[in-house]
Amino acid sequence: MSAPLLEVRGLRVGFPRAGGLRHVVAGIDYALSPGRTLGVVGESGCGKSMTALALMGLVPPPGRAEGSIRFDGRELIGQSAAEWRALRGNRIAMVFQEPMTALNPVMPVGAQIAEVQVLHKHLGWKEAGENAVAMLEAVGINSPRERARAYPHQLSGGMRQRAMIAMALACEPALLVADEPTTALDVTIQAQILDLMLELQDRIGMAIQFISHNLAVVSEIAHEIIVMYAGRIVERAPADALFANPRHPYTQGLIATLPDPEQRVARLPVIPGGVPDLDAGARGCRFADRCALADAGCRAAEPPAEEIAPGHFAACFKAAA
Amino acid sequence: MNELVALDGISVHFHLGGGGFLGGKPRILRAVENVSFAIGEGETLALVGESGSGKSTLGNVVAGLQPPTAGTLRFRGRTLDRATWPQARRSIQIVFQDPFGALDPRMPVSAIIAEPLRIQGIGTPAERRARTAALVEQVGLPVDALNRYPHEFSGGQRQRIAIARALAPDPALIVADEPLSALDVSIQSQVLNLMKELQERLGLSYLFISHDLAVVNHLVDRVAVLYLGRLVELAPRQLLFDRPSHPYTQALLHAVPRIGRKRARGQTIKGEMPSPLNPPPGCVFHPRCPKAQDVCRTTAPILEPAPGRAAHMSACHFKE
Amino acid sequence: MTRYILRRILQALLVLLVMSFVIYSLIGLMPGDPLDIMLASNPGATPEVVEHLRKLYGLDQPLMLRYLRWLQDALVGQFGYSRTHSLPVLSVLVPALIQTCKLMIISFIASVILAFILGILAALKPGGILDGVISLFAFAGISVPVFWLALMMILVFAVKLHWFPASGIATVGDGGFRDQALHLVMPVITLALASTGGFTRYVRASMIEVLRMDHVRTARAKGAAEWRVVLVHAFRNALIPVVTIMALSFGVLFNGALLTETMFAQPGMGKMIYDAILGNDFNLALTGLLFATVVTLLSNLVADLAYGWLDPRIALT
Ligand SMILES: Nc1ncnc2c1ncn2[C@@H]1O[C@H](COP(=O)(O)OP(=O)(O)OP(=O)(O)O)[C@@H](O)[C@H]1O
Ligand SMILES: Nc1ncnc2c1ncn2[C@@H]1O[C@H](COP(=O)(O)OP(=O)(O)OP(=O)(O)O)[C@@H](O)[C@H]1O
Ligand code: SF4
Ligand SMILES: [Mg+2]
Ligand SMILES: [Mg+2]
Repeated sequence: MSAPLLEVRGLRVGFPRAGGLRHVVAGIDYALSPGRTLGVVGESGCGKSMTALALMGLVPPPGRAEGSIRFDGRELIGQSAAEWRALRGNRIAMVFQEPMTALNPVMPVGAQIAEVQVLHKHLGWKEAGENAVAMLEAVGINSPRERARAYPHQLSGGMRQRAMIAMALACEPALLVADEPTTALDVTIQAQILDLMLELQDRIGMAIQFISHNLAVVSEIAHEIIVMYAGRIVERAPADALFANPRHPYTQGLIATLPDPEQRVARLPVIPGGVPDLDAGARGCRFADRCALADAGCRAAEPPAEEIAPGHFAACFKAAA
Repeated sequence: MNELVALDGISVHFHLGGGGFLGGKPRILRAVENVSFAIGEGETLALVGESGSGKSTLGNVVAGLQPPTAGTLRFRGRTLDRATWPQARRSIQIVFQDPFGALDPRMPVSAIIAEPLRIQGIGTPAERRARTAALVEQVGLPVDALNRYPHEFSGGQRQRIAIARALAPDPALIVADEPLSALDVSIQSQVLNLMKELQERLGLSYLFISHDLAVVNHLVDRVAVLYLGRLVELAPRQLLFDRPSHPYTQALLHAVPRIGRKRARGQTIKGEMPSPLNPPPGCVFHPRCPKAQDVCRTTAPILEPAPGRAAHMSACHFKE
Repeated sequence: MTRYILRRILQALLVLLVMSFVIYSLIGLMPGDPLDIMLASNPGATPEVVEHLRKLYGLDQPLMLRYLRWLQDALVGQFGYSRTHSLPVLSVLVPALIQTCKLMIISFIASVILAFILGILAALKPGGILDGVISLFAFAGISVPVFWLALMMILVFAVKLHWFPASGIATVGDGGFRDQALHLVMPVITLALASTGGFTRYVRASMIEVLRMDHVRTARAKGAAEWRVVLVHAFRNALIPVVTIMALSFGVLFNGALLTETMFAQPGMGKMIYDAILGNDFNLALTGLLFATVVTLLSNLVADLAYGWLDPRIALT
């Protein structure tokens, strides 16, 4: 495997609250190599989007990112606003979940795509506009010249997401961060977008960090998968290994609760309870309250991520055994 | 199985302005077009299809919230009209997708659950209180939930409250419009199990609206597939998932992501569902259909049994 | 679009027609008709003469009939004579209208520009010091009565400092551009300040809302500089609700203009209508009020068109 493009160490994202910071991302480590796809799954509020925004330097104030993000041999945390701007949309680009609200409603989509090249490649609007049309075509939009002049509301959800992707890839970034890019779309359109992303990855060779709450989606496209729970990575493994042999009780539960198309059961297994409030006592394993295996040890200390098989990490005292 | 509810040639058209003084051409959105099917006692029928295919509109018709433009609705063999609806209304309840928007934040849970009873004037206040308490327990909420307010509950719990409210008038059919979509993955199976358990205990029928085919496969007895407001396939679950007959259903099933499968490229259907404002002529699916021939562009196929499967209905000239 | 404008203009004309009748009847109901006033200054008139005059002016006819006759004339631009000025109504009205529009348009533009600058600055860091100062200013602008502001300005800048003339539109014997401009300064500032406070708050609220939207984050994610994010991406969106409110309040500004004109003794529409009503100058009052209605209707139309032009999601049909 080639040297990592992205190396995240001890990343934390905190929001101020009475008496300190509330860490919605509480120390995570991972790495991503060029041309590879990393899937990030987890339930609502577990910190997936905040992790992604930290990579872009866009954690909403008053939130703060700490720790280390090394990208292309450079440390991103603590770099200047101008350095961030030079990187964003250029070397690291992002696709957001809601293609309706993520595009500027009063600007034609062609101009929104062209803007990226105007900003980073210092092209004129005319030339960048021509490129935008070509890019719309490359992401599979028919009559791209007319569509370039259209406003977002004149496009369907699928086309808007294609336009978002065209925008993100305008400068052929080394890393594409896709935050639930297909969640708002129908399955047939989702399949089209996934195909498109893989095809463009082949062409441009970028690394993708693909965020989703849908295990099945991630399983189809990711080489490696991270499972997040309450601000932590509870398991990280190559995709095949994760599904064949999930080691963390939460991952096991998640996979088990999904209805299996091959065999219908009377009752689905459930993970009891709900996602904990991040404010509640920070000691011990965050999953302990919902875990069938939890014992006093689990509640006393936070389990560290252990490599239980090559490339397979789990943060659970019982997984190592 | 006895028929509980039957739809006969239901259409819903929305007039989107236009017409009249200086108004230009009238614009008619055909959300649902000539749909007929029946739901049996104790049966669960799924309504699947893409966004905008008319699932919610049809669900609202069944729940009596949306008068159809054409067609009739039968409940226990009686045609529903102005005179017979009020009686049927308590027997058909609806649960919505958004457990946050559907509950009045200023009402305590007890009042929310008792609301349909109060509106329909069922029982004395004391009886209603007793019923409410029983329902809260039935849907697996703690008894002290009664005096609390919706915002104090998680999404899954709120959906339980909504289900308890729907159960209050002792309905025969619950229309569940994407009841799981707003819930966390680990919570979905809890609510799904609850729905199944209630059905077994109370003999309920469900009209289960969903775009999650894996969940549909788990829960339902029969599946109705909508495309652009038309019923394109109607089949028992097993048949539909094993041998989808309509090209659209085939594409839909193929597009559902599966754990452990790697994406095979270039097998996805192209294009998007056209606008219901001006549906294509002939078979509405023909612009995206890999099998389309000339006949598809001119003649609309009718819903008929697939070859050799009497219970498996499909609307395609080249059904399998 | 053309159809939309046509329909709106038709609607406006209809409203104007109804308003003209309402105004006509109201003024007709005022105590003392023109004859009474004439007679008061000429006690010698015999009942026969009065009757004759009444016939001559058509005052013995029913209201509806008189209105229709007036309308017939008005449609071809005949608004009659002003009794108090002894001039055709239009030659009294047009200069006053121009004067008022000058005052209104300049103040409007000034307050809009000021409101945009202040509103955007305040929205950049809600709750910050700058926001606090600007909000205080806006609040003061809203609460201070126009007449008080006008009095203060006159006291300070005219009486004490002698920077600007206290009243009128030109110095007798001068009347050059500079002189006229100097006469406009204080009325404009007064009128502009009166609406800046409200406008600033609208701009601020709208900007804060837009700056929180997803597409602003997208703009940052593209690597756009902060000024570009604010001025290009957020601003145009924030403009949409604000422009409507501003254009609609152009009509309200008319009220302020009337008050300001009175305070600074400017011969505008306000003073003209006021005098016309007091002096029972029936034709002038009627026509003046009608033109005021036209200004309001026009500003509403402009508001709608601007809204449709700024927001591509609105299809004006
Ligand atoms: N501006 C903010 N101020 C304070 N807390 C915030 C803010 N934005 C997000 N959070 C908190 O950060 C946590 C993580 O949010 P994040 O958006 O990363 O979740 P997510 O995993 O992307 O969830 P989803 O699947 O719902 O998108 C949440 O608990 C949320 O409440
Ligand atoms: N009240 C209404 N007025 C006008 N058009 C409507 C109305 N309600 C629904 N529609 C239109 O009817 C069509 C069907 O809508 P419906 O909500 O039934 O779709 P759906 O299948 O439930 O979609 P989703 O999966 O997005 O909920 C859509 O094109 C929608 O825009
Ligand atoms: S009728 Fe023709 S176009 Fe329609 S689904 Fe069948 S083959 Fe395809
Ligand atoms: Mg998120
Ligand atoms: Mg719906």
